[in-house]
Formats: sequence, structure tokens, C-alpha cells
Amino acid sequence: MDSFVDQYSKNSATAEIRRAKEMFEEEDGMDAMWGSQAGFATVASGLPKFTIPAVPDPSSFLRLHTDDHADPSCRIKIKHGTTTLAFRYQGGVVVAVDSRATAGSYVASGTVKKVIEINPYLLGTMAGGAADCQYWETYLGIQCRLHELRNRERISVAAASKYLSNLVYSYKGMGLSMGTMICGWDKTGPAVFYVDSDGTRLKGDLFSVGSGSTFAYGVLDQGYRWDLTDEEALELGRRSIYAAGHRDAFSGNTINLYHVKEDGWEFIGNYDVSKMHYEGPNGVGYAYELRVQGKSSANPPPDATEVPAQA
Amino acid sequence: MDVSFALTGKGYVLVAADTTAAHSIIKVKSDVDKIKELSPHLLMAYSGEPGDTVQFAEYIERNIRLYQIRNTYGLRPQSAASWIRRSLAESLRSRHPYSVNLLLGGYDVSTYTPHLYWVDYLGTLAEVPFAAHGYGSYFALSLLDRYHDPEASLEEGIATLRRCIDEVAKRLVVSPGKYLVKVVDKDGTRVIEI
Repeated sequence: MDSFVDQYSKNSATAEIRRAKEMFEEEDGMDAMWGSQAGFATVASGLPKFTIPAVPDPSSFLRLHTDDHADPSCRIKIKHGTTTLAFRYQGGVVVAVDSRATAGSYVASGTVKKVIEINPYLLGTMAGGAADCQYWETYLGIQCRLHELRNRERISVAAASKYLSNLVYSYKGMGLSMGTMICGWDKTGPAVFYVDSDGTRLKGDLFSVGSGSTFAYGVLDQGYRWDLTDEEALELGRRSIYAAGHRDAFSGNTINLYHVKEDGWEFIGNYDVSKMHYEGPNGVGYAYELRVQGKSSANPPPDATEVPAQA
Repeated sequence: MDVSFALTGKGYVLVAADTTAAHSIIKVKSDVDKIKELSPHLLMAYSGEPGDTVQFAEYIERNIRLYQIRNTYGLRPQSAASWIRRSLAESLRSRHPYSVNLLLGGYDVSTYTPHLYWVDYLGTLAEVPFAAHGYGSYFALSLLDRYHDPEASLEEGIATLRRCIDEVAKRLVVSPGKYLVKVVDKDGTRVIEI
């Protein structure tokens, strides 16, 4: 009965899909239009088409097969758990991320590239669904290139991030999961935008995203100043991701560090978190135990005859 | 929603706890003292299930006092921590376990050494150089990994504690407004204005 009603209803989910399908078919018939939108960016619809599961309620369908909290044996396990950070300062933008991918309690990979190089001036970070971020940020790269060709001008960070936020917003409620920072340098100078799959888009100086973000913030906030030198800024980014890699079980393995300057981004390096713990970037380990080695909180008076037993 | 921190320094332990008592979304009271002075050289910050917290803290307080009356000498911090842990662990397997998390800061006058213990409602006991309970721990632990110094003077220790409080105020949505800070050292326990 329900499906019968659906067939004729004008506002059910099925009807919406039917309408969407009709629209797709129309688009398919427009082969002659191919490429003719070039130069008419304002006329083009601006939103891409993407097929969705042909079931009455796509979002609950997706949830049914991806929600490993409610059902650990679900068919699709989305990779979660990350620490990413980016901040703006006098000398540009520092972007630092970890490299661990987890599916539930399983460490699926320790060598994930969570910084997506959109173009020589734009970087995107990856938190949430790895596939969602990778696909849509690569797609964003294509659109940014098209913008350049159409307008003979590089896209601003604000525009690029807005394109992405409008895009994910159009899929709101369908199960996209991404928390990303779009970072770069444009006419206005260094810029960082936070964009997530809820449709939130925020301009700011300093962001950290992911399960380890609180640990990164703890170090980052306390060490951050606008007038950091390049060396200090890169060290702060690396030290903050280390803190998260150390304290958050879902973050770790290695750190990827990037620096965005006026002439585009530069990859600074890949740093093993364990190596940072014991040796640091230049021989001095970040480990608390190493930093306080030989120190004691005992305060015996100078005339104390006995050495503290459990100092 | 309770937030508590503690850290050791040269010859002292600083213990801080927020001062709010909340029921669902309402602040019922904003100057609650959640740090008990168990003995002249022992502090205990408690948080957890409303009702359990104060009941348990008072039970501990009275029994620590009883021990001192019976034996002339009170328990040293290590022994007190051990006994308190045991009380919690036994309660855990009872019909109504206490859901209380603790931070125990003590100064051992016989070895001139400050001690800090992190205890949770499951009866986990760990001696640590710094500790936190509640949502504050997500921000403070990484910060203390970076800034804590076991040989810091009291002024430096307070400055580090301030960093923790400021960080939580900056980032935690449900951050508490006020904290009560106490210190225990060779001279005993006292409240510190920050």
C-alpha cells in the first residue's frame, strides 16, 4: 500500500528521487551542450550531479550499513579518528596532520595522506570519512582549475571553501562525513577556512579537527601567537600533533607538516610520532619522562639527615 | 560536568576543582567546596555522581580522623591512598557502588616528598606527577605533558594551573566559571586565591 501511495505522492522521499531521476535523464540528453558552459560560470548550475541509492530513504539506507556503533557487524565501516590542525600567522599558514586510519578499534593504516593538495596554492585536510574527503576535495581541485580557466584568475580561498561547503550542504542528511580545513594564500594573504559536512563554514586563525583535536588545542592555544617565526610555527604544529598522537588512541603513527607561503605551499616533512617521543626533530625528545629526567619534587631541608626514601 | 586538576611541584601539590553544583541545565550553587582536607597534610578533590560524592568523602574524612585518634599518628599519603582505593574497590562490587572519582594530594612529612594520586570510581589507583578528571582532562593532559615541571616553584605551579583553567575556559562549551584551589606542602593545607 505504501509503495502504491508513494507512486503518486508529490512530496514523499520516493517522489523526490523520481523527480531527481527525471532531472538526470534530462541532463543526459544535453550532450550538445558539452563544454559550452565555459565562460558562463554564473549561468552554470554550480552544483554537480551525483547518483544516490535508489531506495525510498537513502540516508537511512546508508546509516543502516555504516553505523558500526549500533551494529558492529555492519557491512561498510567508515574510517574515523584523526587529528588535523591548521593555523594562520605572520609568515603564512602551517598545516599539520597525523597519518592513522582506524576502523573501529582496528588500525587500518598508518600511512594515510590526510593533507590533500588541491592545487599549488590550496591545501585541504582530511577528517571524518576518508573517501568523502578524498573524493570531494579532489573534485574541488577540478572546479578550482575550471575557475582559473574561466576567469583568468586564481580562485580565492574564501570562494573555494564556499564551493565545497555549498556542495556538502546539498548532500546534507545523506550521510556525508567530513571535517576539513581549506588553507591557502590568495590576494587577501594567508587564509584558513573550516568546512564540515553539517554545512558549517568558518573563517579563522586557528582550527583543529578530529578525535585528537582537544589534545592538540591544549598545546596549540598555549603556544600560539600571531608573530611566531617560521621555525617556531612549524615546531608548534608538529608538537601539537605529537601531543594528540600521544594521548589519543585514534591518532598517531606519523606527522605530515606543510607550510603555505605567498608563492604556494611547501611540504616540510614526515615525522614518526614514536621517534618524536624519544628523539624529537633534533635529538631532544618531546616525551614528558625525558623532559623531567632526574628532577624531583622532594624538598628536604638542608639539615635533613636522612635521604628521602621514596623521592 | 565536574572539572578538576592537580599537579605536583617542588615540595607541594596543587589541587583545583570547579565550584559549581548542577542539576541538568541549572547551576544550583556556585561556591561549592569539592576539596576535602582529610588531614593536616592530605587533600582530596572529589567528583562524580551527586549524592555519592559527599557521602563517600565524609565517610573517608571521618575514618582517616578515627585512625589518627586510635593510633596517635595519621596515615601517610601512600597508605591513605591505598586505603581509600580499597574502600572504593570494595564498594564497586556491592549493591550500591559509589560513583566517585578522586584526586589525592598529600605531603609526606617524613620523606619531605609531595605525592599525587589519581583514583577513579572503578578503584584504579595511580601515582602521577599531574592529573585531571572530567572534560578538562581532554585539554589539560596534553598541556601538562608540555608544561609541567616537577621542580617548579609555587608561583610557577600556579601559572601552569592557570594555563589549564584558561584553556578549559577557552575551549570547553560547558566550562565552569569558578575554581577553588588548595595547596598542600610542609606547612599543611591552605586555600590559594587565583
